[in-house]
Amino acid sequence: MIDLSLFEQISFGILMLCSALCLFRIGRGPTAPDRTVAIDILGTLVVGFCCLMAIITEQDYYMNIAIAWALISFVGTLALAKYLEGRRYDA
Amino acid sequence: MLELVFYVVIGVGLAFDLFGCIGLVRLPDVYNRAQAATKCVTLGTCMILIGVAGLALVGGNWPMAAKAIICSAFVLLTSPVAAHAVCRGAYLSGVSLWDGSVEDAFVQRAEQVRREEHEEGSVEGEEAQTA
Repeated sequence: MIDLSLFEQISFGILMLCSALCLFRIGRGPTAPDRTVAIDILGTLVVGFCCLMAIITEQDYYMNIAIAWALISFVGTLALAKYLEGRRYDA
Repeated sequence: MLELVFYVVIGVGLAFDLFGCIGLVRLPDVYNRAQAATKCVTLGTCMILIGVAGLALVGGNWPMAAKAIICSAFVLLTSPVAAHAVCRGAYLSGVSLWDGSVEDAFVQRAEQVRREEHEEGSVEGEEAQTA
């Protein structure tokens, strides 16, 4: 069990609340673009989560995870957007 | 004292994240949700990353600071592009605007795009038939 200071507890709590709101929109969202936007936002939140973990545990590799997650999330969202637009992936 | 400044930057970034996600839940249609959530969460995450970079630099861990700055540049470049692409896809796939919207500036351009794609599709279909 890692000892967390008050600041760290509050910051993780806020990020958890944000993720819960995103998950609510992913589950509820009436159309597919709603869910895609919420998934994109969730990916950006995970980047913030990873860099807070990096500063708390003082491990560098969380920062690598954050960079990789930002790029992979971008590519995935672009693929979903192209699918929504009704185009083929090779065009 | 310098650490306190960076903690404040992280706190402001967290507040922006929270407001963006509240906007994601509260606003009425896809385009409103996308613009509120994307702008707020992009700025919030960039501020968290800059605060983390400053804290790492104060602690003497400069590789982590450099990675945080690079990551903030990635987020700042990629997140608005992704949201723009999703909104364009949503409009072209026929998701209608909220009833209270006052202006639709994309309507003519969207028709043009649809016509071009239709022509391309018909040309490709003819090629497939001749082949």
